[in-house]
Amino acid sequence: MLATGSHVLSNRQNRSIALGVGILLILALTPYWAGAFGGSYVVSLVMKAMIFAIASLSLNLLIGYGGLVSFGHAAFLGLGSYVTGIAITEGMTDVIFILPMVMAVSGLFALVTGAISLRTSGVYFIMITLAFGQMLFFTLSSLAHYGGDDGLTLWDAATFFGTAFFQYDGGLFYAVLIILALCWGFVSLLSGARFGRVLRAAKQNKLRVETMGFNTFHYQLLAYVIAGMIAGVAGFLFACQAEFVSPAISTWQRSGDLIIMVVLGGMATRNGPLLGALFFVLVEEALSLVLHEWRLIFGPLLVLIVLFANGGLAGLLRRLGVEE
Amino acid sequence: MSLFLVQSLNGLQFGILLFLIAAGLTLVFGVMGFINLAHGVQYMIGAYLTFMFFQWTANFFVALLLGLIVALAIGLACEILIFRHLYARDHLDQVLATFGIILFVNEAVKVIWGPSSLILPPPDILSWSFEIIDGLQYPVYRLAVIAVGIAVAIGLYLAVFKTRVGMLIRAGATHPEMVSALGVDIKRLFMIVFGFGAMLAGFAGAIAAPMFSLEPNMGDDLLITVFVVIIIGGIGSIRGAFIAAVLVGFLDTLGRAVATDLLKLVFDPSAANQIGPALSSMLIYILMAAILFFKPEGLFPARGAA
Repeated sequence: MLATGSHVLSNRQNRSIALGVGILLILALTPYWAGAFGGSYVVSLVMKAMIFAIASLSLNLLIGYGGLVSFGHAAFLGLGSYVTGIAITEGMTDVIFILPMVMAVSGLFALVTGAISLRTSGVYFIMITLAFGQMLFFTLSSLAHYGGDDGLTLWDAATFFGTAFFQYDGGLFYAVLIILALCWGFVSLLSGARFGRVLRAAKQNKLRVETMGFNTFHYQLLAYVIAGMIAGVAGFLFACQAEFVSPAISTWQRSGDLIIMVVLGGMATRNGPLLGALFFVLVEEALSLVLHEWRLIFGPLLVLIVLFANGGLAGLLRRLGVEE
Repeated sequence: MSLFLVQSLNGLQFGILLFLIAAGLTLVFGVMGFINLAHGVQYMIGAYLTFMFFQWTANFFVALLLGLIVALAIGLACEILIFRHLYARDHLDQVLATFGIILFVNEAVKVIWGPSSLILPPPDILSWSFEIIDGLQYPVYRLAVIAVGIAVAIGLYLAVFKTRVGMLIRAGATHPEMVSALGVDIKRLFMIVFGFGAMLAGFAGAIAAPMFSLEPNMGDDLLITVFVVIIIGGIGSIRGAFIAAVLVGFLDTLGRAVATDLLKLVFDPSAANQIGPALSSMLIYILMAAILFFKPEGLFPARGAA
């Protein structure tokens, strides 16, 4: 049922796939080119950007394709990292146990809160997802046994069949890269498949889609659960990278950052979330090296991008001819 | 009992402040369909400008007046330079642009006035305490804030429901295309609403300054609470914003005061100390989620979900 079978790929789709693969390749080679710019510091920064890109890809599924603006997506980052943190603290360090647990908990939270949130729409959906995000944030802050406000340092690291593949000084960079590539491919396929087409159609005109016999609520809820699970995995990776978890990962400002990344990159585009997350993390860092008050530049830069680059960075690239 | 009275007054006063900020936000949102995250920044600007003019003039009321005029000018400048070009755009473009403005203004305030918190004293004439009941002092300044807030609320009610401009604003909130089709200069109407809303938020910041300390980012968390208020009240509804603001003000203030003690009746003290603060911070969000569950468009919806 995939619309993107090889024989129906348009020229434009080819270019956007090539762009995405190109970005992933450049990212994969980071350990080689980073040496010229500051070595492990840059690798760590790129890793952070890639984890944000995973979360943004999942949010793009909701905001971009589904028209469901979730302002509580950082809740899943919090859930993913806390499930990881608590499991490791309690002595369960194997990724084979942790990862399914992260996905189950995130998925369940998404199922319950999604079912309630989807009763509303538009701006009210934004605010009810914010409400659930805030509830989770304050819940995490109150876990006195696991660090409370101050967060929880992980004294053990996650193991993968006894290897250090998911550890910061082990293979974590490539683990993040592989998961990012898988998520990118998965969301691309999903958006082109029947599921994605129903989701996009429901964004444009819910009534028509329902008249055609689709239960839009089921499609949107499933999208919400999938997005929540992927963001939970991103939270797991943040915990592996920092070897520390804290409620700060699930503040509303963090949810806002994720929305900014998706909108900045270009909503409902294949590579927008990649571009947005990389731009957000790397440009922010580069500016802060040049000027301590980097926000004085970054703020107006965002305004200019909105005013003059309609459709985000992906839209800008398309008009410059990279994707068309 | 006296604790309850003080907390009720504090709750009312917080609710009034929330209303002053929410009034502008809900109108801008309802009439223009514009999500203005930078509205919290106007609150901060009002407070800092009043602080600055107070240093120059040493007179609170003159400083307040000058602060309001400049806050209005800044609001109008933003409208003309940036926001006007975004009314027809996607909500999320508006979010991105106004987020950029927040980053810029917060940083600019840090550069100009420094990152540490500042204190603006209340005017001498109001800096004494009043004995409400035996042995219970309450600062007169806070009572004055409540009185002024209620006066502004009544004035706003009269302006929106009894004047011609108010009529156009209400019509604009429900049927903007129709109002425009009837020959009303919708651009000018938008500018009036926007400037007025920005000034009210600046006013809230200025009168809040002597009660809380001034710090960069002071508008950010308040902005989220104000969004909760306008969603509970129903977007575009002044009456809804007032009721929701007072409701949220009371719930938040009283919740922080009594939640832990109430929980101690049910749970053991250590568990209550752990859950109490988290639960009291959560209360307004629980309220909003519950209201949206039963009334998906708020208590007094003025128009369909934007």
